Formats: sequence, C-alpha cells, structure tokens
Amino acid sequence: MKQEEYRVVPCAVPQRASLGRWIAALCLALNVTAALAQSPAADSGAPPDTLQQRLLACTGCHGNEGRAASDGFYPRIAGKPEGYLYNQLINFREGRRHFQLMSYMVDYQSDDYLKEMARYFSGQHPPFAPPQKFDVPQSTLDLGQELVKSGDPSRKIPACSACHSEALSGVNPAIPGLLGLPRDYIIDQLGSWKSGSRRAAAPDCMGQIAGRLTTQQIGAIAAWIGSQTADNQARPADHAAQPLPLDCGGVPASAGSGAGR
Amino acid sequence: MKTKFLLIGFLLLAALGFALLQRHQLDEVGEVILPTSDSPQQLAARGKYLAQAGDCVVCHTARGGAPFAGGRAVPTPFGTLFGPNITPDANTGIGSWTPDDFWQALHLGKSRDGHLLYPAFPYPDYTRISRADADALFAYLQTIPPVHQPSREPQLHFPFDQRPLLAVWRALYFKPGVYQADTLQSEEWNRGAYLVQGAGHCDACHSPRNSLGATVDGNDLAGGVIPVLDWYAPPLNSHIKAGVGSWDLQEVADLLKNGVSSHGVASGPMAEVVYNSLQDLTPADIQAISVYLKTLPAKADDSGSAGSSISAAERERLLALGGTLYKKDCADCHSVSGSGSPPNYPPLAGNPAVTGHFTINLIRMLLNGGFPPGTQGNPRPYGMPPFGESLNDEQAAAVLFYIRNSWGNQGTAIAPSEVNRNRGVGVN
Repeated sequence: MKQEEYRVVPCAVPQRASLGRWIAALCLALNVTAALAQSPAADSGAPPDTLQQRLLACTGCHGNEGRAASDGFYPRIAGKPEGYLYNQLINFREGRRHFQLMSYMVDYQSDDYLKEMARYFSGQHPPFAPPQKFDVPQSTLDLGQELVKSGDPSRKIPACSACHSEALSGVNPAIPGLLGLPRDYIIDQLGSWKSGSRRAAAPDCMGQIAGRLTTQQIGAIAAWIGSQTADNQARPADHAAQPLPLDCGGVPASAGSGAGR
Repeated sequence: MKTKFLLIGFLLLAALGFALLQRHQLDEVGEVILPTSDSPQQLAARGKYLAQAGDCVVCHTARGGAPFAGGRAVPTPFGTLFGPNITPDANTGIGSWTPDDFWQALHLGKSRDGHLLYPAFPYPDYTRISRADADALFAYLQTIPPVHQPSREPQLHFPFDQRPLLAVWRALYFKPGVYQADTLQSEEWNRGAYLVQGAGHCDACHSPRNSLGATVDGNDLAGGVIPVLDWYAPPLNSHIKAGVGSWDLQEVADLLKNGVSSHGVASGPMAEVVYNSLQDLTPADIQAISVYLKTLPAKADDSGSAGSSISAAERERLLALGGTLYKKDCADCHSVSGSGSPPNYPPLAGNPAVTGHFTINLIRMLLNGGFPPGTQGNPRPYGMPPFGESLNDEQAAAVLFYIRNSWGNQGTAIAPSEVNRNRGVGVN
C-alpha cells in the first residue's frame, strides 16, 4: 500500500435547492470515486481493491505493470494478448510448462481469476526498456534477422513474423509479441520446446518449429530479437495477415489454418 | 551379510505371525450393510461430497491429468508411491469392483485381491468412515468418466518394498473400526470428529509421525513436520498460542472455508486442501469441525526454540539490517506495526507462524511468497511477491530475525545457511 494523498474535490453548493442537490450528489460521487481510486493506505486499513495491489506477487518478478525485470530473464508480460497469457497460466498449472515458482503461484486459483490476471496484464503498456547490450558477431545478428523475417524453407521453418506479425508485436488473442523479450529467455524457451520440457496445447506448433531449429539458429534468433529496440506504441495485431503456416492448439481457429482450440 | 539374512528371515517370520494374528482380529470387524432409501443420484451426490471432504482427488490425480485417474507421486521417507487410478475403468481402475471390495480397501486397508495396502493411503483414518458413506463414495466414483491408465507400482526402498511386512506395521499401528459417537458430546461435535478423524484425515499432516511413518498421538493434532514435503503443519487443537485455542469459531471457519482469516492464511499443502476440499463443505460441517478442533487437548511441541543464541552486538546488527529491509519490502502490506491488514495480509505481531520453533514455513513464505487459495469466499486473493531473488541469505535471515523480535515477538535467530537450505519451491 503506497501512501497517497487523498484530495477532496472542492464543492461549493449553491443555495438553489434542486440544483444544489444535484451538484452535491455529483460532488459526493466524485469524492467517493476518488476515494476508491486512491488507496486508503492507513496503517491498518484495507489494501486498495485493485488488481495492481492484488497481483504484487506477479510484478515482484515481472516488474511494475509486467514491464519485465532488469535481470534479463523474467519476461515482459505487459501488453501480451490476453489469450496467450491465460494459456500460459493454464500451461503452468497443467504441467505443460515447468517453472516451479509459476506453478506454485497459479495452482490453487480459479480459471476466472487467472483470466482476470491475463486481462489485466494484457491491458498494460508501460514503456519498453532499452535493448540489452551484448557482444555477438554481426554474422550472428544477420542470421537471426534472416530467420525471423524469412525463416529457413530448407528446414521447413517459417518466419517468426509469419505468425507473430510483421512488427513482431503479436496477434490477438493468443499469439505473443516477441519484441522486448530478453535474449536468455528466448534461448531458454526455444531450447525447452526443442527438448520437450515446454509444451503448448496440441497441436504444439512451436514445439514442431523449435524441434527443427539448430542450437546455432536458436542463438541467432534470440540475439537478434534481444537487440532490437521495441516500439512503445506497438500493439498486437487484431488479425493474422495470412493463414498461419501451422496449426496451433493454443490459437483459436483462424481462416485457412484449420487450427483447433 | 549373514546377519542381514537372519534379520530378514526373522522379520518375515514375524510378519507371518502378525499377519495371522491380524487376520483373526480383522475378521471380527465387519459391518452390516444398511438398506438405503437414497436414489442412485442422491447416493452419488452424497459420495461426491464425501470425496471432497476427503480430498481424494489430490493424491489420485496427476498434474494436468484426468481427475481420479491416478499417477501423482506421493513422496515418503520410504520411497515414492503413486496414487492409483480409481476411475471406473474395468481394467486399470476400479470399474469391476463391488461395494464390498471398496469397503475392504477403505475400512481394512486391503486391495480386492487381498494384498495389503500401504498406509500412504490413509486407511487408518478412513476406517472410521461408515459403511453407508463408503457405499456412497463408491457409487460416486462409479459415475466419473472411466480413464484407461495403468496405476504405477510403488518405488520403495528395501525392506519397505516387501509388502508382507505391512502386517507388522498394521499390527502395531492400525486398528480398524468405524467412528463411534461420544454420547457425552453434542451431535455437532461428533459430526466434526467424524469428519476430522475419518474422511478429512487431518492427522496425516497435523500429527507427528514416528520413524515408521505412523502418527503417534492418535488424533490430538499437535502439529508436525510433513515428511519429505517439509512443511510444518501446525497444531489444530485448543493450544492458546500454537493452536486455535484463542480463535473464535468464525475465525477457524474463515481459514478452513475461505483460506484466509484474521490470524493467518492457508499456505503450502493447506492451500491445496482448502482449494480442493474444505471450501466445498457446508457451513454446518465447517462449523462442526471448528467446534471439535477447539476441544482437542492443548498439546504442541513448543519446547525451546530452534537456531543459535547470538551476542548483543549481533542482535543489534540483525535488527538494524532487518528493520531497514522490512520498511522497504514488507511494511507496505504488513504495516510498520506488524499488524498486517487481515484477512488479506496476515499480522506478523503475535503470530505463532512467525515466532514458532518450526521456522520452515516462515522461511518459505519469505522466499517464495504466493497467493492464498482462490475460494468462493475469497475468489481474488491478494498475493505476496517472492523475495528469494532480491534478498540474499544474510538479508533474508536479518528480515526474519527482525519480524521474530519486534512488536513483542520473541524468536531465535535463523542462520543464513538455514535460509539457503530452503531455497527452491518443491511443487510436484
């Protein structure tokens, strides 16, 4: 609970009775709203009834508003599509993703509350941190860019941008944006998919793609994405520009993809 | 080597002897099947409620698996057992069982083919369940979708993998018998006792266990460390400090049904029990349990305190460092005065979970944070951030010392190495 100043909206009530009642009522409403919006924050008062307050357990690692932490691992969850975030919470609960602290957090929460958490963070758009600086050869970055934008047809690997949108800002409701993710996190996720320890609802399209990526390609993709400056105004696209190249169990059916749930 | 074989031979002989003895004993305990006026639907509905009261789903369901299809690992000091498939699949579940078979398992701890069941299946408690309730439970389990999934064999260390030896254990620690009402107590008290001692199997966690894994104080619920999981299950009796002696009935009920109360919140394995089981019990049953718990004798292991004694200078240093960190990281929610903001943020002042002899839960809460269970009574709980990343062992130990020694609290120092030992979450 942060101490916040409680400001009273100044109210001069005119003498005329009917108008005065209206203004007084409006004024009261404004003050009540203000009181609700700001935290009571007394030493032993009730905590603010906000998701920001209820979800401090999330932002402890994922940063204020889910903007990502500075440690270069915990991913940004702010602004990710609601469906994607919800799917991940369920995946942690059902054992398709393995990060014990996350499973511990979500194990005994209702689907409704998990949806509410997902909706809350999908609606947050704090500014991106500047990209990490790391020392990789230009050739690695070039390879990464090539894979992200064009894929590797010889290994049947589609471009990242074919699903995650041209701007890599994701597609509603369930395909995540990639910009602003730390390099180590991307390496860890693609590696986990490749080894089978991260899974998504079947058919697991990312599992198939990661299985075809070499470790060198994974490193290049992660380095290029991790070094890009993200656009603070970027938002997930409303529709995929084209049918998805693969069916994805976590993505609701989109035209031509024949994808399942 | 020779001695070892002799020992094994002796144990097997002893097992045989006990088994024969016990066969005699157990055969004396039978129960007449009472005719029931319930329709099959009513019977199954009653059984579903009992399955919730017993939290059967928790051991009989793997993470992400079909309900009751088994597969969850149950770690014990003797090895790992896996909750079996109890869906009505004919081949891999209990689809071909009869109510008598089920009764034999629940009441006597024997499988359908007569082999003895390991008491990780808490039949020393379930034996108190009435035949009528056992039949309802069976009727319910026969209505859930059958899942074909073979149950996994236990992976136990020698000699515990020798099933016949269970006869010895049973002769020592298992007394079959349905709950007998105490006529001096109210109907409500007896209902509470029946639920706590039977289906609820509260003593499985809340009573201390001996080296053979048996609960040693019967149903006094004096608290104990849960083997392997290593969470401390606090006393649930009338002990004024450590138990619920000073709680009013509503406060006990709040914790059991909502997962939060003015004294503290359910965390660790208890969060699971509240989420899967207790939140679905009727207010009358929750009240009955609360009434019963508050009458249990005030036993608790509050002998001395863990940790090392420290110098006055060290004490000052810990209080200063811990106090600074507390004001930065903790006071927003738990308040400068340690009063918290119950029921959402528990008080730290005067809280036995903070000052107690067993510090493992406290260390884990600081390192891992977490949410109380999301219940019908508290569907959107306030969570606590994990501080395991931001605090090193020294800092965590200082914060713990500060909260154990402020606002009138008195507790020993927790060593940084003890903090370190309890890093990690340990969900399965």
